[in-house]
Amino acid sequence: MSRTRFLKWVVKPTVFLLCFLPLPLLAWNFFAGNLSFNPVEDITHTTGRWALRFLLATLAISPVRRITGFKELIRFRRMLGLFAFFYAVAHFTIYIWLDHFFDMVAVFADIPERPFITAGFTAFVIMIPLAVTSTKKWIVRLGGRRWRLIHQLIYVSVIAGVLHYLWIGKVIELAPAGYVGSFAILMGFRLLARFRPDLVARIVRN
Amino acid sequence: MLIKRPADIKSSEITDEKLYRNRRQFLKTASWATLASAGAAVMGSGCTAPGTVAAAPQLGEFDTDEEITPEDAVTGYNNFYEFGTAKEDPARNAHTLRPRPWTVEVDGLVANPATYDLDDLIGGFALEDRIYRMRCVEGWSMVIPWYGFPLADLINKLDPLPSARYIRMETLVDTEQMPGQRRGLFGYVLDWPYVEGLRMDEAMNPLTLMAVGVYGKEGPNQNGAPIRLVVPWKYGFKGVKSIVKISFVEDQPFNTWQQQASNEYGFYANVNPNVDHPRWSQGRERRIGEVLRRETLMFNGYTEHVAQMYTDLDLRRNY
Repeated sequence: MSRTRFLKWVVKPTVFLLCFLPLPLLAWNFFAGNLSFNPVEDITHTTGRWALRFLLATLAISPVRRITGFKELIRFRRMLGLFAFFYAVAHFTIYIWLDHFFDMVAVFADIPERPFITAGFTAFVIMIPLAVTSTKKWIVRLGGRRWRLIHQLIYVSVIAGVLHYLWIGKVIELAPAGYVGSFAILMGFRLLARFRPDLVARIVRN
Repeated sequence: MLIKRPADIKSSEITDEKLYRNRRQFLKTASWATLASAGAAVMGSGCTAPGTVAAAPQLGEFDTDEEITPEDAVTGYNNFYEFGTAKEDPARNAHTLRPRPWTVEVDGLVANPATYDLDDLIGGFALEDRIYRMRCVEGWSMVIPWYGFPLADLINKLDPLPSARYIRMETLVDTEQMPGQRRGLFGYVLDWPYVEGLRMDEAMNPLTLMAVGVYGKEGPNQNGAPIRLVVPWKYGFKGVKSIVKISFVEDQPFNTWQQQASNEYGFYANVNPNVDHPRWSQGRERRIGEVLRRETLMFNGYTEHVAQMYTDLDLRRNY
């Protein structure tokens, strides 16, 4: 089997299945009684954290690709982005279901009033057009340049998502701070690539 | 002659031991099952798990007859930042606290300012069970069987001067016993010591309790041993734990969470579904053990006992 076919028919489906792993893991922890005494909150937080992790993983593709020289990595980017959307949908659904029991009046009263929910909702809504236009057909329809421009919105979504996480806490905590740090590193690399390409050239392999 | 007495309990009524042992899991799954059979929009009533045991007999005047939160949840899901900020941290870390010997310093506007050994201070009080609702400012709640005595008893014993308008209490500061008080990556989690206070009339209210434990026994450490405050009509953070100092003062104490974010937490902190926290609604709460949220009650359901204290107070401004 050629390398390309191996990536396409073995590696990619494997990664695809692995990306679902947080769900059976969560179910296992629920039935094994490993969750806290507020399991609804655990499930909400877990799906939210995975949405953020996949967003950050999506942003990590291009720097990692440049640093390692593993060019085919780009083939995984759309999938990771869609998984971010998948977990965001789960997170949002749990919020409107278990927190508000589909009382949409209450949900839409909540959104503008509470900064952390405003941020979370912004992050989620931005992902919708990105998920919709993630197909090849849409790249062609929009044209590469315009498509790329639209997909820059992922930066807004990640910033809003990280803020959403930061603002929930009553005090500054380590966990959300880790996401801020990861985002800063990923953005730092991009800034460096832009303004000091000579420095980046030393660490990249292509 | 052998007199045969009929068995009190028919064998058919005895719960299978396996089911009994797994009762928590059973209740948990059952309440999720209620949700699955949804449709029934039981917003306000909250969905109580089927198989609820009848309330304990002989409820006191102030006791709620609602289903009591299981002991493992009461002692395993806590906010006690002196032992870490995660809900599981206190149960995991509070073993380092030494609840005896324990002293309490009493100062300020009081007849006999002194430092007391805890047992000398409270040894004479009769301990009682009080089943109270506990509403956390974060939007969750429990029903807790506290074990303690009315704060009024202690105040009467200490004999404050008429000029005392507030009571102020402090938690222990000791980084050896309370690892969460150490300086972390982002500095101190809170400005220790943890300080709380009440107006004197609130402190004298018969609902206000000094608890030495839960579930009819002293401790455990993660619930604020050896002595803590319980004010059931206020958000849980008013319940200062592991108290080492009690002061009678003239000015309103500047409590810890007010210090931390005065736009979010005030001095009064009365449970009020109509006054939202700036970052989340206080209209509903999730009772631990239930899936859907239930309506939060004014003064956490204690209106008849406490509302008269606030007739002249703008509760929106004095949150």
